[in-house]
Amino acid sequence: MNIIVCIKRVPDTADADISIDKSGKDIDKSGLAFDLNEWDSYAIEEAILLKEKFGGTVTVYSLGGEDSNESLRKCLAMGADDAIRLSDPAFAGGDGYATARALAEALRQKPFDLILTGTQAEDDGFGQVGAVIAEMLSIPHVSIVNRIEVQEKKVKAHRELEGGLEEVVEVDLPALLTIQTGINEPRYVSIMGIRKVAKKEIKVLGLSDLNLKPEEVGLSGSDIQLENLFLPPVGEGAEMMEGKPEEIAQKVFEILKDKGGMA
Amino acid sequence: MKEIMIVAEHRRGELRDVTWELISKGRQLSEAIQGELSVALLGKGVTSLAEALKFKANRVLLIEDDRLEYYNSETYERVLTQLITERKPVLTMIGHTATGMDFAPGLAAHLKLPLATDCIGIDAKEDTFSVIRQIYGGKINAAVSFLKKGPSYMVTVRAGAFPFVEKEPLPGEVISIPSPLTDEGLARRFLQYVEAATGEVDITQADILVAVGRGIKDADSIPMVKELADTIGGVLACSRPVVDKKWLPKGCQVGTSGKTVKPKVYIAIGISGAFQHVAGMKGSGTIIAINKDPKAPIFSVAQYGIVADLFKIVPVIKDKIKELKK
Ligand SMILES: Cc1cc2nc3c(=O)[nH]c(=O)nc-3n(C[C@H](O)[C@H](O)[C@H](O)COP(=O)(O)OP(=O)(O)OC[C@H]3O[C@@H](n4cnc5c(N)ncnc54)[C@H](O)[C@@H]3O)c2cc1C
Ligand SMILES: Nc1ncnc2c1ncn2[C@@H]1O[C@H](COP(=O)(O)O)[C@@H](O)[C@H]1O
Repeated sequence: MNIIVCIKRVPDTADADISIDKSGKDIDKSGLAFDLNEWDSYAIEEAILLKEKFGGTVTVYSLGGEDSNESLRKCLAMGADDAIRLSDPAFAGGDGYATARALAEALRQKPFDLILTGTQAEDDGFGQVGAVIAEMLSIPHVSIVNRIEVQEKKVKAHRELEGGLEEVVEVDLPALLTIQTGINEPRYVSIMGIRKVAKKEIKVLGLSDLNLKPEEVGLSGSDIQLENLFLPPVGEGAEMMEGKPEEIAQKVFEILKDKGGMA
Repeated sequence: MKEIMIVAEHRRGELRDVTWELISKGRQLSEAIQGELSVALLGKGVTSLAEALKFKANRVLLIEDDRLEYYNSETYERVLTQLITERKPVLTMIGHTATGMDFAPGLAAHLKLPLATDCIGIDAKEDTFSVIRQIYGGKINAAVSFLKKGPSYMVTVRAGAFPFVEKEPLPGEVISIPSPLTDEGLARRFLQYVEAATGEVDITQADILVAVGRGIKDADSIPMVKELADTIGGVLACSRPVVDKKWLPKGCQVGTSGKTVKPKVYIAIGISGAFQHVAGMKGSGTIIAINKDPKAPIFSVAQYGIVADLFKIVPVIKDKIKELKK
């Protein structure tokens, strides 16, 4: 079973104090820690589990700058066989559609049985790239997958719906699945593990390798364009409780008695 | 006539809330562009749903086919491709839900329509639209314009972003459209629904919920929050990463893919407030959020906010309340 996984390196913003930079179109990324997109860490783990079970290869692709090598190497350390990076100045400013377009062209050159992506990226949250790649490659897809059973020439996938309901669907291979968190437990990668793959070559594909015109990628190949960023309006917002921890505790006590009926 | 088309979402015989929200937003936009609102309804035996939708729009476009009994991205793509190609709506609106996330991106790519996903704001602008999306887990809003020129555009709309507002009924007609589907094989087939195993806990009945998120860092610290819950007579709940990491059972998860809860008091500890979480708890009576990040989106749904390190404040609150209860 030959599996392709698409991964993205993203800034960790949940825990960070982020601000909008001078251009007004980006956040200030200096000082932010970056890592493999959370959803993609489950996708790569799932690919490696399938490889361990059925044999074959796992190849990871990422469209991004040289920094993305770090996340690609993490995937290699987890057990991927090869890593390929799509990089070209022409890719700059691409949205989900343009990104999918470039990835699809690269994947077309490689025989595969299964493509895995994350359900969404933590940064832009398009939730779009996977399904668009499938459309461009004319293969079936299933999104938000939290369980996979491989059968002869097809896959049975559990798709997560709302409220704890799941849908079981069957797709013919080759197919693309977008992976949901919780499907497995991504393995830990040690520094030693990363060191072992430090020398491994990461092949770079540019525009000329992809049979695409400059206007088909990057900003000019995009559906949408970012005008400006702003902080979400706070609206009514919360009443912030200030003071010593004991005073805050006292206040919480009162709210619980008053509103929560705490005995 | 300019048409705005929404795609009705329904499951197991019931319209989903997002459908009503799409109708409200779609109607407002159709009025802004002096156009009309249509609802595309795909299914099998869904005439009663068509009746329910009828007066909410200028028309319901009803496509019935046995092959549409269960949602399938492939049948949806085929039917909607035909419908959109024929009617050329200026805007097609789809829910950014498990269903919409599944079929909208492929459909838009197939039709070469510019798509903006997960929109929380949409405005008509001459012959295009501008939208607002949230990025970085809801910490930043992005004003976004369409780069490719229409005449048709597509958006997926975040569930809960636009409220349903009752408006005076529209004339409403139900137009039955023949299904373009044939017996041609599908590469994806629906098999069945299953309920996720949730275990024993029922968090939906509690008056007080103490919900813990990824900020708790590891399983060993969960008991600290459990103690607080026990002290105040509350029940322990959590955000999704806590379940993904198997620190708490699935039955504790609040949010779109977990439970929807409406306790009298909801205390969110170390939870950022991603929309999928907020969707499951925003109906709570009173929300108290504890987070070390003053910009965490959870503070815009909470009534009370505590900016603090949870590891420091939670034990103090627990001890103090224990003392006060005596
Ligand atoms: C299809 C789909 C369905 C989903 N369904 C759900 C769902 O049902 N429920 C759900 O919850 N999520 C769901 N998600 C995931 C959701 O997008 C978020 O990833 C998730 O809610 C984040 O959980 P969190 O807030 O606990 O973690 P994070 O976003 O990582 O936030 C952690 C927070 O803890 C704070 N923190 C860290 N350390 C401390 C400290 N010492 N003291 C105080 N605060 C601290 C940080 O400032 C941060 O705000 C879904 C996603 C998808 C794509
Ligand atoms: N630049 C990229 N390179 C490789 N894969 C990507 C890239 N951007 C998005 N993806 C894949 O598409 C998924 C969904 O991303 P998105 O549609 O941007 O939310 C991610 O989880 C990745 O698997």
